[in-house]
Amino acid sequence: MNIVVLLKRTFDTEEKISIANGQVQEEGAEFIINPYDEYGVEEAIRLRDNHGGEVTVVSVGGEEAEKQLRTALAMGADKAVLINTEDDLDEGDQFTTAKILTSYLTDKNADIILAGNVAIDGGSGQVGPRVAEGLGIPYVTTITQIEVNGKAVSITRDVEGDSESIQTSLPVLVTCQQGLNEPRYPSLPGIMKAKKKPLEEIELDDLDLDEEDVRAKIKTLDIYLPPQKAAGRLLEGDISAQVDELVGLLRNEAKVI
Amino acid sequence: MFTQLKPEIDQMKQMVRNYVEREVEPYAQQIEEEDKIPQHLIEQAKELGLFGISIPEEYGGIGLNAVGKAVILEQLGRTHNGFVSLISAHTGIGSTGLVKLASPYLKDKYLPGMAAGEKIAAFALSEPAAGSDATNLETRAVKRGDKWIVNGTKHFITNAPVADVFTVFALTDKEKGAKGGITAFLIEKDFPGFTIGKIDKKMGLRGSYTAQLIFEDCEVPDVNVIGEVGMGYLSALKILGEGRVGLAARAVGSCDKLIELSASYAKERKQFGKPIADNQAIQWMLADMATETEAARMLTLKAAHMIDDGKKVIKEASMAKLFASDVFNRVADKAVQIHGGMGYVADYPIERFYRDARITKIYEGTNEIQRLIIARKVLEG
Repeated sequence: MNIVVLLKRTFDTEEKISIANGQVQEEGAEFIINPYDEYGVEEAIRLRDNHGGEVTVVSVGGEEAEKQLRTALAMGADKAVLINTEDDLDEGDQFTTAKILTSYLTDKNADIILAGNVAIDGGSGQVGPRVAEGLGIPYVTTITQIEVNGKAVSITRDVEGDSESIQTSLPVLVTCQQGLNEPRYPSLPGIMKAKKKPLEEIELDDLDLDEEDVRAKIKTLDIYLPPQKAAGRLLEGDISAQVDELVGLLRNEAKVI
Repeated sequence: MFTQLKPEIDQMKQMVRNYVEREVEPYAQQIEEEDKIPQHLIEQAKELGLFGISIPEEYGGIGLNAVGKAVILEQLGRTHNGFVSLISAHTGIGSTGLVKLASPYLKDKYLPGMAAGEKIAAFALSEPAAGSDATNLETRAVKRGDKWIVNGTKHFITNAPVADVFTVFALTDKEKGAKGGITAFLIEKDFPGFTIGKIDKKMGLRGSYTAQLIFEDCEVPDVNVIGEVGMGYLSALKILGEGRVGLAARAVGSCDKLIELSASYAKERKQFGKPIADNQAIQWMLADMATETEAARMLTLKAAHMIDDGKKVIKEASMAKLFASDVFNRVADKAVQIHGGMGYVADYPIERFYRDARITKIYEGTNEIQRLIIARKVLEG
């Protein structure tokens, strides 16, 4: 089975993030594989171990994304491709990334493409579906389970806390949701082996694309942190008095009832 | 030289840091209370290859250089020191003799199992009458045909109750003593005449066990001599020398953790209407803790780099061990002070680190011995 994982390097939202001049500051930030893409890497490795084939991880980004690709290789992916846009593009959006990935994947005959449900930085959830549209293959988002039997694919997807069962067939693109699996840690021997696995680097030229073809359609005006939460209010007194006060506040102050 | 790590070492550092934080740390309190490391953590450490960091790739390990090992041990030092002790006694003093000095036969036979963590290793030099003075060994080995017959007692041997293979030092020629009369042997736990004595009750390092080893006419095949007959004392010094850098690295990692815990507590804890972190008295403690830890890290990395450059590091390894363990104790003491009562109760990890820090000034060569080694080198000029 020819399995492809779309992978994005993002900053770690569990670490401190600082913003200056409408930009997330890279200095001092930690960078990781987008956690939803990490589910994709894990699932791809499991699918390959069960069905044979090869796992390729693909990332669009700069030189630094090599580190995250190497981590995916250390987890067990077979090869990696970095589509380096550093010299060609100043900014991009979901359209840009999807267009580039679609061009790359057009002649690759992937059986399954796994992407993250969303990236934890931009959170748009668009790249996966856009790539599937571009390739003209079906896609299923927010999956929490997948089984492949020959060409038939059974999927369970998360729909706002409920689940839905879907039958489809290869080739297919899926986007991975929390609950799909527990990604493994790259082992120390895995990290050593990853050094010798192929990591191909290509540029827009190699895909016959130029800057105009992938120009961003979205302009980011500003990035800012959410306002600090005001301290909560503690109600006191006996329970019935507290309930009365709470109902009053919800009606008159919050105006939600 | 000190900040730029090779990409793969950097990747390992990040992995071990995540693993320790997410998988081991949640069990730290349990390990302390039950004096036992949960088996699943040991299995996970095996899968991740942590038992094979010093064993060459051709034997199934990853053969890290000294800097790589120091980086990994520093990250491990951030969590429960008993857990780390199990792994580091195995990868450090437990493995080094076999890796550096043993015959191809012994390496083929034992290293793959050790790399996978299926065979746990221990190092046995100390005896009731021979601690710092390792030349005063009473354990004897006498050659009989193609076997050696070992008699004697070792004590305070880390990993003893869980280990499968022991690097054991015994007197083979009393006349020569330390100068050609001590030999290192690889002894398996199942060799006839070998038993494990009682497990010591320690001040700290819970979950990691030390015990006595008792040899009563224990039969050891001649092929299990590590290195040359009579050269055991030099072997022991070499093994301990490299082990010291690893111990220093662990201490530095523990200091990092204590500083983080202390800084975050100081920002949360309010007295007289403001966080205690606003008080200069607290700030000065944090400043000293951070500065000394950084100095210990540099000394440790310097010794590690020197090992990788093939240089003699007897003095530098002793300096790293001496300084890092002293700093660990000072940092732990200040961490208790900053935490006040919270630093003294067992619900919180500070008092655990405080107890665990104490042994680092004693084992793998007391700090008095380290000073002796350093002074000797300084006086040699």
